[in-house]
Amino acid sequence: MFSLSGKIALVTGASGGIGAAISRQLHALGATVVLSGTREAALKELADSLGERTHIAVANLSDASEADGLVAKAEEVAGAPLDILVNNAGLTRDTLAIRMKDSDWSQVMTVDLESPFRLARAALKGMLRRRAGRIISIASVVGTTGNAGQANYAAAKAGIVGMSKSLAQEAGPRGVTVNVVAPGFIETPMTDVLSEGIREKLVGSIPLGRMGNPDDVAAAVVYLASDEAAWVTGTTLHVNGGMAMV
Amino acid sequence: MSDIADKVKKIVVEHLGVEESKVTPEASFIDDLGADSLDTVELVMAFEEAFSVEIPEDAAEKIATVKDAIDYIEKQKAA
Repeated sequence: MFSLSGKIALVTGASGGIGAAISRQLHALGATVVLSGTREAALKELADSLGERTHIAVANLSDASEADGLVAKAEEVAGAPLDILVNNAGLTRDTLAIRMKDSDWSQVMTVDLESPFRLARAALKGMLRRRAGRIISIASVVGTTGNAGQANYAAAKAGIVGMSKSLAQEAGPRGVTVNVVAPGFIETPMTDVLSEGIREKLVGSIPLGRMGNPDDVAAAVVYLASDEAAWVTGTTLHVNGGMAMV
Repeated sequence: MSDIADKVKKIVVEHLGVEESKVTPEASFIDDLGADSLDTVELVMAFEEAFSVEIPEDAAEKIATVKDAIDYIEKQKAA
């Protein structure tokens, strides 16, 4: 159904569970994928498993100048302008607010909110000129519901939604769409460590009766990246098994 | 016409896709040349890049016509 043949996509955080699934699905539909992350070895491994039409652009998004330069770097390695930006990279520094250090707050803001803005700003300059483009940012259900221990992360993810709606209004007249995918609880190495009791309780709160997997999230990204989603902008697609119906 | 005026005209033609004959000094980007607010921001950014000048937001707001742009850049370059 969807084809991304001939499109150039940049995925940040590509070495993580969700980032890898997004990269794989974009690639499977024909896109040339630029994999970005901090761990070069993991990116290389993913690139090797995908085969041709893959490039690597190592970047540490907690560094403002690296974030600012990543789009240009991706276009350089791909040899063509960027069609699809997927802001997937993110980190957590979970703790209750009364114990939260300034650095816990600012690190999460820098990587999870500020760097997506820097990347979107850089990508938009070319996309607006070319009258085409897709910007998709990965937020989280906690940006909408809140979550004890994640004041920083929830604030950053809610910020992604407000930012994307604003960018969608600015870029709409040029045919560039800006959207958000907000995953719920996804099976990743991060959730593997949960105890059986917590796991059961979690799954019990999900109407569809299971944790999500990275491919559930990737499928939503692929849709928003497609030509078929041309009339969808400024929206947040919740992929959470029905846990929060918002 | 000065080099700056020539270059400004060229940038306007390129960015707005309008005929060169329409880009007169008095032409308003929005009223005469069909630019929208995003076009005007893009134009200002193109001027900044082409002439290596910085055009702050309050100055950019006052650049409504081709002549406004030429005058502003000439003044910056002379300073």
